[in-house]
Amino acid sequence: MTATHLLFIDSHQKETWILHHHIASVEKLALTTSGCPLVIQCKNFRIVHFIVPKERDCHDIYNSLLQLSKQAKYEDLYAFSYNPKQNDSERLRGWQLIDLAEEYKRMGVPNSNWQLSDANREYKICETYPRELYVPRIASKPIIVGSSKFRSKGRFPVLSYYHQNKEAAICRCSQPLSGFSARCLEDEHLLQAISKANPANRYMYVVDTRPKLNAMANRAAGKGYENEDNYSNIRFQFVGIENIHVMRSSLQKLLEVNGTKGLSVNDFYSGLESSGWLRHIKAVMDAAIFLAKAIMVENASVLVHCSDGWDRTSQVCSLGSLLLDSYYRTIKGFMVLIEKDWISFGHKFSERCGHLDGDPKEVSPVFTQFLECVWHLTEQFPQAFEFNEAFLLQIHEHIHSCQFGNFLGNCQKEREELKLKEKTHSLWPFLLDDREKYSNPLYSSSSQRFAVLEPNTVSFNFKFWRSMYHQFDRTLHPRESVCNIITKMNEQNKQLEKDMKDLESKISKHKNEEIDGVLTKELLHSVRPESPTLKTSLCYKEQTVLPVNDTLRTIEGSNPVDNRYSEYAEEFSKSKPAVVSLEYGVARMTC
Amino acid sequence: MEFSELIRTRQAQAELLSGPEAPALRGTLCVTGHHLLLSPKPQATDLWLLLLRSVDSIEKRVAGDSGTITLRCKDLRVLQLRIEGVEATLDVARSIEALSSLESVITSYPFFYRPKGLRLGDAWHFHPLESYYKRVALETDAWRLSEVNEDFSLCPSYPRVVIVPRAVDDAALARSARFRQGGRFPVLSYHHARSGTALLRSSQPLIGPKKLRCAEDEELLGAVLAGARPGAQGFIVDTRSAQTAKQARMTGGGTESKAAYPGWKRLHRPLERGRHLQESFVRLVEACGDLEQSMDQWLSRLDSCRWLAHVQEALSTACLAAQGMEREGACVLVHGAEGMDSTLLVTSLAQLILDPLSRTMAGFQELVEREWIQAGHPFQLRCAHSAFSHARSKHEAPTFLLFLDCVWQLGRQFPLSLEFGEGLLLALFEHAYASPFGTFLCNSEKERCLCEVRTQTHSLWSGLNQSKEQRKLRNPLYVLNPSALWPSVEPQSLRLWQGLFLRQTRPPERSEEVWEKVWQIVTDEKTEDSRPVVSAPEPQP
Repeated sequence: MTATHLLFIDSHQKETWILHHHIASVEKLALTTSGCPLVIQCKNFRIVHFIVPKERDCHDIYNSLLQLSKQAKYEDLYAFSYNPKQNDSERLRGWQLIDLAEEYKRMGVPNSNWQLSDANREYKICETYPRELYVPRIASKPIIVGSSKFRSKGRFPVLSYYHQNKEAAICRCSQPLSGFSARCLEDEHLLQAISKANPANRYMYVVDTRPKLNAMANRAAGKGYENEDNYSNIRFQFVGIENIHVMRSSLQKLLEVNGTKGLSVNDFYSGLESSGWLRHIKAVMDAAIFLAKAIMVENASVLVHCSDGWDRTSQVCSLGSLLLDSYYRTIKGFMVLIEKDWISFGHKFSERCGHLDGDPKEVSPVFTQFLECVWHLTEQFPQAFEFNEAFLLQIHEHIHSCQFGNFLGNCQKEREELKLKEKTHSLWPFLLDDREKYSNPLYSSSSQRFAVLEPNTVSFNFKFWRSMYHQFDRTLHPRESVCNIITKMNEQNKQLEKDMKDLESKISKHKNEEIDGVLTKELLHSVRPESPTLKTSLCYKEQTVLPVNDTLRTIEGSNPVDNRYSEYAEEFSKSKPAVVSLEYGVARMTC
Repeated sequence: MEFSELIRTRQAQAELLSGPEAPALRGTLCVTGHHLLLSPKPQATDLWLLLLRSVDSIEKRVAGDSGTITLRCKDLRVLQLRIEGVEATLDVARSIEALSSLESVITSYPFFYRPKGLRLGDAWHFHPLESYYKRVALETDAWRLSEVNEDFSLCPSYPRVVIVPRAVDDAALARSARFRQGGRFPVLSYHHARSGTALLRSSQPLIGPKKLRCAEDEELLGAVLAGARPGAQGFIVDTRSAQTAKQARMTGGGTESKAAYPGWKRLHRPLERGRHLQESFVRLVEACGDLEQSMDQWLSRLDSCRWLAHVQEALSTACLAAQGMEREGACVLVHGAEGMDSTLLVTSLAQLILDPLSRTMAGFQELVEREWIQAGHPFQLRCAHSAFSHARSKHEAPTFLLFLDCVWQLGRQFPLSLEFGEGLLLALFEHAYASPFGTFLCNSEKERCLCEVRTQTHSLWSGLNQSKEQRKLRNPLYVLNPSALWPSVEPQSLRLWQGLFLRQTRPPERSEEVWEKVWQIVTDEKTEDSRPVVSAPEPQP
């Protein structure tokens, strides 16, 4: 056990590292003959079983893991001690990699209708928003201040995405404090300003991402939703995404089903159904499609909110932008999207991921759902994304790892107070360094067909994301990676093309020399194609055409003992103890 | 021609409504003896053509002075035709109904199909059993080719030649055949050279209530063990539950008793067959056609149709048989009741798992020919109707489709190890149910001989191996993988075969585009590699 990791080395010298921050729960099971079983569940869905021979040791490990996995202070998190050998200027450049002002400029704001507001420059109006917010040019500061007082947590309507061609906008906010009848003129003005900022369509949609029942219940607490009669030119719409508590227990059910030993096909599908997980994913996706359609088909601006406007709103706004704008489907663009709609607008990463020892009721897989929706899109549009599945999984790994500063804290203000940019490193430059690893070899950047994605959300287009929830159960996955091999082929093609160019340039160089009379006739004779010396000089000869010895292929044809049908096979040879001997090691591990 | 009586109208003006795979098409509709034609212009050459045999069910609806016909095809496509004139609609519908359900084999389309570029008899010369025996003979001399079934008298569903233990003579085979249902005595299915063991298949022994025994049958299985690697034991994989196998004794069947077959152990792995399998297929296709259902409905229907559970059972039984040979060094005999359905499913999948040669394009075609067509899977009975037909007889069962699905799962888990792609599996599925080729006609070699299929029709294999088809059928990423493929059979690893079951609701273009792109990447490299570098001069020192 190290200060940050749990390290296990098995008898084959294979190392397994588990970050303490990744540990979601530790469980000590009843004592068996071979020792005391210890089950560790991780936030990246890895489950590890240890058998510790001595109960005393087991108890000690259990207690220390409990302590180490739950930190009370931000300063004790891994990011504050993680040292990737970057000097200060490199670290600073890493943090400057994603520049949101630059991003708004790319979208085309500020412009004649939208401007940068300095109302929240000192976090005076809303603590959970970033300092820099874009609002309609005609919305004056008093209107903004007035509106923020009428919105839960002061999260008044601001710009999230601006569609340059359609001049329509996606805006976001929190629920209004309308109760049963309260009104706020400033808020009404602000919404009107948003709809006026769209010259093409004076109607705007107000999308409440909650189920209608939940929104109505909120009215009793003095909150609620917009009354269509009070606001001019709005069309109000519920889209029915469940709240963080429903999502948390849904995932819990899903994991329980998957963790079952000897799961049958029928149990799997009925478990998948009763967990409701895919239903929730579809709801999020449908809401995002609603947004994209409103902008593309009706040219209408959209205002999105849920209760506080940092969970469902972030999901829907970011996915909607992803459908509309191919930039967000690039590696860099996806980072920008996460920085904008999740990090800067105050999705409470630390609470939702349980970085610190806090209220377990605040933990919820909202961001995981977003990643899963993106994965479903990559499945439906295999050529539309620059990144691959590994990229999504890596990001998921790091929202829990606390290794980098990006996802620490719950809002920008808190992050500034923690001085994350001085004390921790940013994740993004590290991901960009491994660009090759996260690239989708089938990506076609120029294809106009994928300008706007129109996914089909028929139920059977949603599948269980095995690579996420069983990332570490290697036996469940395809034994050969198509992605890897195509990437390699692409690289080789590029290399060959480069070689060709080199050779061509050499040819032209030599031809020039020939003109200069440097090249003699005999020399020309010796370079005819049939010349045997030529063949050996071809530089790509040494390359194998197909990378047969791909590292990933080593798993293929793996041991049938790994698979479940081998359980039957025990009937074959009951006399011979086949696998049992492994249990007498110091600790047995199955992960 | 007798078809003319069935054709009520020859021509009508019609429009083919757009589906996920094609845009709408308007023109003249013609009904011929075997086809439905739609030509956009009178003299146009690009006809839309549908083989009438592939129509599984037809639904007509008239409104005003036009009608709509919905054709549900055996390959799970759904087509809609709008026809002008109520009378014309009804006539076309009745003609299609009558023509698509003709039973006669020798008037079926393969006997009339004469494509350009193919000669009759091409690819029929290929005798998978003889060529497979040549391979076995190189590995061991424990087996011989027997012509005991030359005139199909011993076993009507076996081919003329079979591979049997060398130590057993033809007379003993005849006795053993009488002891097995339908005369299907144990024959070699696959010889596993690496472990020196054999995979056999047969039908159930006719033990009956009186517990009969047959010395020659016992001798035959004994000879198998004697011919295998020294000390090899045997496993009998019965594809029925122990209970069902026991009950079969009441109707004259049964399963091998331990005492009578020393060295052989019995394992029961119940696999679904017959009507239940067909129902499972029908329900899955029904669920896949419903675009309006909620997520919960879809998942619960996917669960309750049990199709993926059947895939799992088939794959894990095949893995068990393969593991018995590869890891335990045992000989394996597979049988159910008749030995023509789930038995073939298990033996053919086990070979695919173990044998790298059967994963090549040619090897897989040989496997299908040897282990399904020649081995007497009754294609005509099993594939008479697909999932849409209302006329259900008790003989239909999508056993072959289940096999193709299992192969697809294998291909997904080992995307580089199969030389063929999804395209070949889809083509085999389509041709098994309705085809212009003669390969899947009839129920056995005997029937095919009587109908002169080999001389009067074209073989599917020669059709498939024409060069224009190759890109669709082959796997661009194939690399020979010499080891056994052990697939994961966990429910999380099994997927619904979308390319087949959702072909009606999902546009195939995107996956085809990806396929094309992969081909480009792969062939780009190849052309680059083979491109002669015209004049690359040696660098001057």
